[in-house]
Amino acid sequence: MIKIEAILQPSKLDAVKDALLEAGIEGMTILEARGHGRQKGHTEFYRGREYTVDLLPKVKIELVVKDEQKEKTLQAIISTARTGRIGDGKIFISKIDDAIRIRNDERGETAL
Amino acid sequence: MSRRALQLLLLFALLAVPSVALAVAPDISPAPSAPATQAQIAALQQALDANKAATAAAQSAGDNAWMLTSAALVLLMTGPGLALFYGGLVRKKNILGTMMQSFAMMCLVTILWAIVGYSLAFGHGNAFIGGFEHLFLKGVPIAADPQNFYSPTIPEQTYMIYQLMFAIITPALICGAFAERMKFSAMAIFLSLWSLFVYCPMAHMVWGVGGLLNSSNPHAAFPSFDFAGGTVVHITSGVSALVTCLYMGKRIGYPQTKMQPHSMVLSFIGACLLWVGWFGFNAGSALGASSLATSAFINTHFATATAALGWTIFEWFHNGKPTALGAISGAVAGLVAITPASGFVQPMSALVIGLLAGFFCSFMVFKVKSFFGYDDSLDAFGVHGAGGTVGALLTGVFAASVINPVYKDAAGNPLPSGGIDGHWSQMLNQLTGIGLAWGISIVGTLVLLVFVDKLVGLRVSKEDESEGLDLSQHGEEGYDFAS
Repeated sequence: MIKIEAILQPSKLDAVKDALLEAGIEGMTILEARGHGRQKGHTEFYRGREYTVDLLPKVKIELVVKDEQKEKTLQAIISTARTGRIGDGKIFISKIDDAIRIRNDERGETAL
Repeated sequence: MSRRALQLLLLFALLAVPSVALAVAPDISPAPSAPATQAQIAALQQALDANKAATAAAQSAGDNAWMLTSAALVLLMTGPGLALFYGGLVRKKNILGTMMQSFAMMCLVTILWAIVGYSLAFGHGNAFIGGFEHLFLKGVPIAADPQNFYSPTIPEQTYMIYQLMFAIITPALICGAFAERMKFSAMAIFLSLWSLFVYCPMAHMVWGVGGLLNSSNPHAAFPSFDFAGGTVVHITSGVSALVTCLYMGKRIGYPQTKMQPHSMVLSFIGACLLWVGWFGFNAGSALGASSLATSAFINTHFATATAALGWTIFEWFHNGKPTALGAISGAVAGLVAITPASGFVQPMSALVIGLLAGFFCSFMVFKVKSFFGYDDSLDAFGVHGAGGTVGALLTGVFAASVINPVYKDAAGNPLPSGGIDGHWSQMLNQLTGIGLAWGISIVGTLVLLVFVDKLVGLRVSKEDESEGLDLSQHGEEGYDFAS
């Protein structure tokens, strides 16, 4: 099992979600997040005072998939979330030891 | 029939026609003989008196309707207007604390006003402060009295409640300077005392019977033009705001930490409510539904528009973008500056006053504040102190006797009022009013701050300040999206 964490532009969330459903991914968790990478935020002015806003709003999608779904899932995210401009986000991939469905104690891939 | 008889008949007919016409017309000629009896004269006199009374009652009803509406509009300026305007400008952990400051004034000043405040401001007393004859509103008539000094066409009780709304908003304006760091208890004591010891004397001097600066008092030493409270409301609150933020010091982390407004939307709504409520503030100060009220209404609106433009232009050049906060701040600056002038100047002068106020107040907030580095958190001084002072000065420049003939000669003909009429010495009266307002605000505020600081301590602890006033002072939160 593979965990995929993708940090995205909030405006791309709906498109990515639809692409994932189309790719056969059934479950996901979405978090509202703030952060920045190399993209350094922007400047705001309030009554002449300058404020640098370096933490920008982002969304983070977390999903755990079977090993064979990995490439399909990644392609779905990348192809829909990419604008080619700075700030498109990042994807992190890690291995998952086990999974449990709380309702009936199913374990492993059947719990996904 | 002979020819002669026919001529006679024709002559008779010609004579008869007009007399018939006269007979059907109402008899407008006076009765030829019988002089009017005493009874007839008495009846006419009675009808005349009844007519006069009915006219006075009709005017009183019209004026009273406008004045009660105006009083409600002025209350709308404090809550929700000012509460939203200031509430949006603070960080979200302080929104309830900030809104509660305005709301506390709506309650506390009302109680004080009913017991002693109105008497101190509008009782007879001397040239500086009223007396105690209206304690508990004793002797404030509920019926309109043409002999009343303040309000010949409306009940003095209406005048009292209208003036109360001014007394409420004035201390509430100061809250902008010490936002996010004063204890609720200290705020309640400080501003309650302030309304008695700074606001009441100033209101008496400018509007009270026998007041030193009252331009409708023929014996005033320095008749200063202040139609709706440029000195009484805005200079006193703005200057006291400056003194308070200097005395209390900056918020923790100012100016390094980011402290930008948490909701421009709330501030925007608040500022628009202030604009609407201000029609009651300024046009209501005509104390009747008169043409002077129309004049004040128009001036208020015009100056607000140009001041928003002035601030926006300044900001556009300064930062490269016209912000919503700039536009609404400019509008409030214009409302402040036109307040003393609204019932004295012509509409084109109002456009000029607004534009100048928009430029000047944005300059004060952008340049002067950062130069000196004081933490006037929501710019109560930059908008109300600076705008009020500029407005009071420009009132002396632009006051026109065609709008409001304040000065009259012995025969009742209007004399020049402001500089634009050629009466430049009015500027001395204006400067006296401004100087007195600054003086009483600085001294009164400083004494009260020291007193309250000794009594309960002005400032919340460092922990409470970083936690926010909502939780530390009130035990609740403005926003809880989790529940």
